[in-house]
Amino acid sequence: MEKFTTHSGRVLPLRRSNVDTDQIIPAVYLKRITRDGFEDGLFAAWRKDPDFVLNLPRYQGATVLVAGPEFGTGSSREHAVWALQNYGFRVVISPRFADIFRGNSLKGGLLTVELPEDVVERIWALTDSDPDAEVTVDLQSRTVDFANESVDFDLDDYARWRLLEGLDDVGLTLRHTDSVDAFESARPSWMPRTVA
Amino acid sequence: MVARAEPRTLAEKVWESHVVRRAEGEPDLLYIDLHLVHEVTSPQAFDGLRNAGRRVRRPDLTLATEDHNVPTLLIDRPIADPVSRTQVEALRKNCAEFGVPLYPLGSDDQGIVHVVGPQLGVTQPGMTVVCGDSHTSTHGAFGALAFGIGTSEVEHVLATQTLPLKPFKTMAITVEGELPADVTAKDLILAVIAEIGTGGGQGYVLEYRGGAIEKLSMEARMTICNMSIEAGARAGMIAPDATTFDYLRGRPKAPSGSDWDAAVHWWSSLPTDPGAVFDREVVIDASRLRPFVTWGTNPGQGLPLSAAVPDPAQIADPAARSAAERALEYMDLVPGTPLSEIGVDTVFLGSCTNGRIEDLRAAAAILQGRRVADGVRMLVVPGSVRVRLQAESEGLDQVFTGAGAEWRHAGCSMCLGMNPDQLAPGERSASTSNRNFEGRQGKGGRTHLVSPQVAAATAVTGRLTSPADLAGIPGSSTVNA
Ligand code: SF4
Repeated sequence: MEKFTTHSGRVLPLRRSNVDTDQIIPAVYLKRITRDGFEDGLFAAWRKDPDFVLNLPRYQGATVLVAGPEFGTGSSREHAVWALQNYGFRVVISPRFADIFRGNSLKGGLLTVELPEDVVERIWALTDSDPDAEVTVDLQSRTVDFANESVDFDLDDYARWRLLEGLDDVGLTLRHTDSVDAFESARPSWMPRTVA
Repeated sequence: MVARAEPRTLAEKVWESHVVRRAEGEPDLLYIDLHLVHEVTSPQAFDGLRNAGRRVRRPDLTLATEDHNVPTLLIDRPIADPVSRTQVEALRKNCAEFGVPLYPLGSDDQGIVHVVGPQLGVTQPGMTVVCGDSHTSTHGAFGALAFGIGTSEVEHVLATQTLPLKPFKTMAITVEGELPADVTAKDLILAVIAEIGTGGGQGYVLEYRGGAIEKLSMEARMTICNMSIEAGARAGMIAPDATTFDYLRGRPKAPSGSDWDAAVHWWSSLPTDPGAVFDREVVIDASRLRPFVTWGTNPGQGLPLSAAVPDPAQIADPAARSAAERALEYMDLVPGTPLSEIGVDTVFLGSCTNGRIEDLRAAAAILQGRRVADGVRMLVVPGSVRVRLQAESEGLDQVFTGAGAEWRHAGCSMCLGMNPDQLAPGERSASTSNRNFEGRQGKGGRTHLVSPQVAAATAVTGRLTSPADLAGIPGSSTVNA
């Protein structure tokens, strides 16, 4: 996984709540067996509308998506994270994320930042007046800076450390194989197995 | 969920009994007892293993089936869509290479992953169960801690049979009183989601409890736990009891003999202790519930079928108001229209929410002796091959086809429209599945979530209808089962 320390970029304001994973990437785009190429499917249904915010020239090249609450509800498809990343987003800001989406994004190096609704409103207002305004997200200090504001955000130390170091969870866990062996040897023998 | 001698909840007991490693400042490393795999969320995970030269640690605790993508017609021919075919073939190749047991299309044990696990008896109380699919919460009906994971986590479980996890909070949803005779588990869970909202369960494991839950069959309990994710929760659970044990006894993968006794002894210790404290509690009065349907584009936008399409102007919260406005525009609905006057083109009976044998029986009982309305297409898609075979042995397929419905092969089908079973743009469905998101069942399609009973009654009249409103439309009330 790529390391994440700090990122500055322009904002795509997505003024919708409950942006579910079927909107982020519809099921028909999930058939690919690689991790790339999912940008075609990003917001595929909404993108048909030329006035959809992703299509507006003033927001081209934005790398920070700022959306309403309950972003990423719905399915566990990590393709939603890949689609956002493949399209070029590095950060998503929302007042509240669905749990699985948030877990997937932090594992995959897409930083999801929860900020209060009034802060989200102010970022939207800023980009309305100046689409070139940048937001800076600093993972070291856990702050988001825009205009003259600096706002703290929460992220647990462990997730932050993994992102800063770009560490792969499987590699981390394989350091503890002894503990897994010990746990397994104590499991009841009657627990089900899938092969005869 | 920290270790303590105090009274503990069901979720805390299952969590504590699976901690492989606990260290200050790190997530707990939890052992995973069962990992279910399907074609859509696994190919990149197997690739990850291959690239790193890793193996699957416990193929014998892993089970794969083909469900999301597969056709429900002509299943003996090669899959027509080449991209779907590639994905299914990738699963077959990966399972063969890594030694993972697979029930492919054509096998008697193929079906929707969350229907297959319980019917094999491989889902048991007190287990940790994961799958790259959010509706893994279904398995919580057995008192298992079961939740959906992303593809990176699928790879992690394949490689290590564990997952690093931050503790969940616990929420009790106590359903008191008795459900009215015409109110189903689906109505109940839709009402719960409307009550707590699509984000209300965020960060929580929900435990459904109380008299109304204890009386439910295992299949109804699965319907409830299935939709926990629609309330934003990671998992839903119901304490194991005699109903659970009766369901499991004799299943192919259930323990037997003295193992059975040992298992029941442990399972019986799992229910939440008296006095255990939940982080949040919600109480629902079952006796006041009515058949429930959704009118909007998220599962929290639902109302009793006797109500009318809401007027966004009456919604105080600005975010909820604009969401309702958007939803009504997408759904092409006018405020004030009685829900029971909304006409549909398609009725979908199936999915991991309502594709089990009891669901098919309930719908068939209503369709017996009646006809699907002219101009309405009804798809009946059993949740698994075993469900299909059972239904055929009871003659249910004859009831469905006799009424003019289509009898299909098992899979996810129109629940997510990844295969050819889709709504056309602008078409409207009554669907027993779990998500009414924009375009979920096909681009531009409009979905109303309903119970199997409402689905069947709706098929008869062509508009959203509760079975009680079929009085006067001739039909037999029972099925020869
Ligand atoms: S039936 Fe629907 S919800 Fe269930 S696993 Fe399949 S696609 Fe997901």
